[in-house]
Amino acid sequence: MSKTVQRIVWVAAIVGFVVGLYGLWLRVSVGHQAANYGSYVPWGLWVAGYIYCIGLSAGAFLMSTLVYVFRIERLKSIGKLSLFTALVSLFAALFMIWLDLGHPERAYKLVLNTNFRSIMGWMIWLYAAYFILLLVELWFAMRADLVACSDDAGLRGKLCRFLSFGKTDTSEAARTADANILRVLGAIGVPLAVAFHGGVGALFGVVGARPYWNSGLTPIMFLVGALASGGALLTFVVAFWGPKVGSEEHRKVVVFLGQIVLGLLLFDLLLEWAEYSISLYSAVPAEAESLRLVLFGDYWWVFWIVHLLIGAVVPILLLVFRGRSVGAVGLAGALIAITFLSVRLNIVLPALAVEELEGLRTAFTGPGLTFAYSPSLMEWLFFIWTISLAGLGFLIGYKLLPIVRTKEVA
Amino acid sequence: MPDLLEKQNVFVQMQEDIKRALQKPVDERRWVMVIDLRKCVGCSACTISCVAENKLPPGVVYRPVLESEIGTYPNVTRRFMPRPCMQCDEPPCVPVCPVHATWKRPDGIVAIDYEQCIGCRYCITACPYSARTFDTGHTYDEGTPEQMVYELLTNFEYGQGWDRESEGSPIGNVRKCHFCLHRLEEGELPACVTTCMGVANYFGDANDPDSIVAKLISRPNVIRLKEEMGTEPKVYYLV
Ligand code: SF4
Ligand code: SF4
Repeated sequence: MSKTVQRIVWVAAIVGFVVGLYGLWLRVSVGHQAANYGSYVPWGLWVAGYIYCIGLSAGAFLMSTLVYVFRIERLKSIGKLSLFTALVSLFAALFMIWLDLGHPERAYKLVLNTNFRSIMGWMIWLYAAYFILLLVELWFAMRADLVACSDDAGLRGKLCRFLSFGKTDTSEAARTADANILRVLGAIGVPLAVAFHGGVGALFGVVGARPYWNSGLTPIMFLVGALASGGALLTFVVAFWGPKVGSEEHRKVVVFLGQIVLGLLLFDLLLEWAEYSISLYSAVPAEAESLRLVLFGDYWWVFWIVHLLIGAVVPILLLVFRGRSVGAVGLAGALIAITFLSVRLNIVLPALAVEELEGLRTAFTGPGLTFAYSPSLMEWLFFIWTISLAGLGFLIGYKLLPIVRTKEVA
Repeated sequence: MPDLLEKQNVFVQMQEDIKRALQKPVDERRWVMVIDLRKCVGCSACTISCVAENKLPPGVVYRPVLESEIGTYPNVTRRFMPRPCMQCDEPPCVPVCPVHATWKRPDGIVAIDYEQCIGCRYCITACPYSARTFDTGHTYDEGTPEQMVYELLTNFEYGQGWDRESEGSPIGNVRKCHFCLHRLEEGELPACVTTCMGVANYFGDANDPDSIVAKLISRPNVIRLKEEMGTEPKVYYLV
């Protein structure tokens, strides 16, 4: 089954990449005019896609710390896979938000002229630190395996030889040293991941003008959502790409991951309930209006069907009743991870789709001066392209790099 | 009628208020706008004069006139409320900008540096008044065979020539009302103020006790929008 799933993902990624190219081309040639976000709903699918991918990355990374920092024996074999998943998702997130800018060519200003009073100003530094940390950690996690695969024939051997950067010592002592370095790096990574993903949540949470975002719970929900969705993605990945697919050992790892994800998902739903029920009960207009849009607006089905039914109820049933089957757990992981985009959309959009002052809706017309938003063709295609690119990056990296090789250093 | 003849036209008075303010160092000026909602008839001439003055493309608007209905049929009236940028004294749009592209000037006007803005649109989300809009580069003659000359006219916001032909900034930037800073610095009133046929708009330096606006904003029937946000707007409404 693993082979079939892998094949399906390959095909999907290639098709998505090819079809999505048109979206990339539109973004480069026509630009923001082909988008449906604008002045009143200034952030759309790409911002939602960015927090979605960054959440997947943070979640997958935090799972890797279970291996390298907390040294949970059972998960030992999936450390590299989670780091690699985190790296690929980070790339997708940053690429998407980069081309969301009105002036992508000025992105360097984020570094040279950072405003540290702005949470967005902090993000670039946190991402840079996280990116470097991921690379270094992944390298140390793979080092022994890179040495081992240096003798492989063809491209792979060459790549392994190059990437080992001449550090060929694979003695027990050297590997213990690697493991210790990994522990330190992972330990730095935990607060870093909490900072940057909690930070993304805070980026929204601090906006007093948008009552729907403006809550102390927002950063926490971001973190728990990241753990749930990133954990789910990793579960899916491990179920079908994980080391020693088909073995009893593999099954145990998947089952264990499934249980973790189940717990995280339930916790996420609890927070969601807290946020929604409290706001609905007090019914302060701006926030209640946003919630009304989520629950009963034109896109009610995004919440009820995509998020709750496909993204929560079905996976929970799978995890509870078929929790010992690799296929079912993997499917549950995929469902949660994919549908989590709906959660992210329902964070970004409803806050923006309400009038800040009565009468704005009809006061003036023009492109972008509307509160009704659904992503344009360009937005969807570019989103699909970025995700497919990341997917291909994962698949190719998986083929070429020793990501599921056996010499684990932890 | 000697009295009437002697009484100065309010525009002339305001113009003089501005000239006096310009004599002072910039940080001693405090530009404010007062809008008398009882006089506004909702003609939207101010909106359009602003579009013309600042060469605003489709989708960018600095000063829409918001209409709302009060009462139920058949006992209804309408209220018209022009909404420029409030030039908040505590502007929530400023601290969120990741690259210092928007800031409060010493005279209180919140400015944007078009060359610095990366177009992230965080400030749009942070403004409680929806005063900021995003310029995606649309033109009015889209889909027509001929490019119109007026589409390419240079605009002079912030006292600098912005050339639309080059397709550079302000395309891709966030834009907003700046009280026609480029006109002010030349001693002229903001375009919306001069255009209003009912004289519903007043403009001047609130730090000058002799100015018209200083007198108006000390009245009890003055309100500011969303006071609860702590933004300290510098646009006052007479109700
Ligand atoms: S009205 Fe909005 S854009 Fe203008 S200063 Fe206040 S927060 Fe900034
Ligand atoms: S859109 Fe421009 S002015 Fe607004 S926050 Fe971003 S960089 Fe600053």
